Amino acid sequence: MLAFLPVQIVFSLFLLFAASRVWLRLKDGSLTLANFFFWFGLFVVAIIGVFKPELTSVVALKLGINRGSDAVIYASILLLFYLIFRTNVLLENLRHDLTKLVRTIALTSLKKK
Amino acid sequence: MKLLIILPALNEAKVIGQVLTEVETVAAKLPIPTEICVVNDGSSDNTAQVAKKEKATVLTHVINRGLGASLSTGLEYAKQIQADFAITMDSDGQHDPDDLITVLTPLLNNQADVVIGSRLLQPSGQMPFLRRINNQAFNLLTRLLFGVVTTDSLSGFRGFGKRAIQLIELKTERMEVSNEFFTEIKRHHLKFTEVPIKVIYTDYSLAKGVKPGNVFAILFRLLLRLVR
Repeated sequence: MLAFLPVQIVFSLFLLFAASRVWLRLKDGSLTLANFFFWFGLFVVAIIGVFKPELTSVVALKLGINRGSDAVIYASILLLFYLIFRTNVLLENLRHDLTKLVRTIALTSLKKK
Repeated sequence: MKLLIILPALNEAKVIGQVLTEVETVAAKLPIPTEICVVNDGSSDNTAQVAKKEKATVLTHVINRGLGASLSTGLEYAKQIQADFAITMDSDGQHDPDDLITVLTPLLNNQADVVIGSRLLQPSGQMPFLRRINNQAFNLLTRLLFGVVTTDSLSGFRGFGKRAIQLIELKTERMEVSNEFFTEIKRHHLKFTEVPIKVIYTDYSLAKGVKPGNVFAILFRLLLRLVR
């Protein structure tokens, strides 16, 4: 009989929940296909890692890291840094667009007077 | 020929009336027709009403967008009215309107596309120590990041000729704009010069401007600007 550790159950439930949100965001059109594949793929890989942790050790050894869990943590930190950077760029672009709108309103309001 | 004087303003109702009166007096003596434009950056006091009373053109940002955004709006307006020159100055009374002619002269003589009014070229010893250190740090940053040597990268007293008005495209929206001007000077190979200006520090004006603690936030946003 298959026996799962409590951590495997909790993590896999959360990852399934996250994957389902990705699917819903694709359906309502707020996620591009490329973004869907990135996030869905990420959560599927994470689920595989939860149930087959020995696979992470195989990848880790190929990368020159001793333990699979270390490789997961390193990769997660790198990914988080990158995503924070991307979010910052996105926020800056949004701010810039907002400013353009505010400027257009300021200049057109003057013309109307 | 026409000159546009741009004053970005955020909650300056207390002082902007006096500043505009003084600027108008000096502007009337300048050799070319001049328009004064206040960019009201989402002020919550009656900055706009005071400026209108002083017969300035008022461009109002409906929400606060920052110093850089205000200067961009002012320069965009300069393009629209086909101004030949634009001068930006602070609206907190820190700048002496008599220096308008000092900043305008190199532009009129076609000696520069951009003129920076430097508070440190002939220092009068008025700049507080912490501000001087702050300024030196930003001058070094401007030199390292953009390769432009300046004695006052944070000066808000700047003059622009028609070529600069047309070419400069600002992307930053807050205090880091002072350094971004130097990116644009470098990028468009604009002729650049500095002229000495006086500075009038009051408790009011000292409470404004770039604080030493903002250095890291500004640096981060400048780096983002470079990769955007």
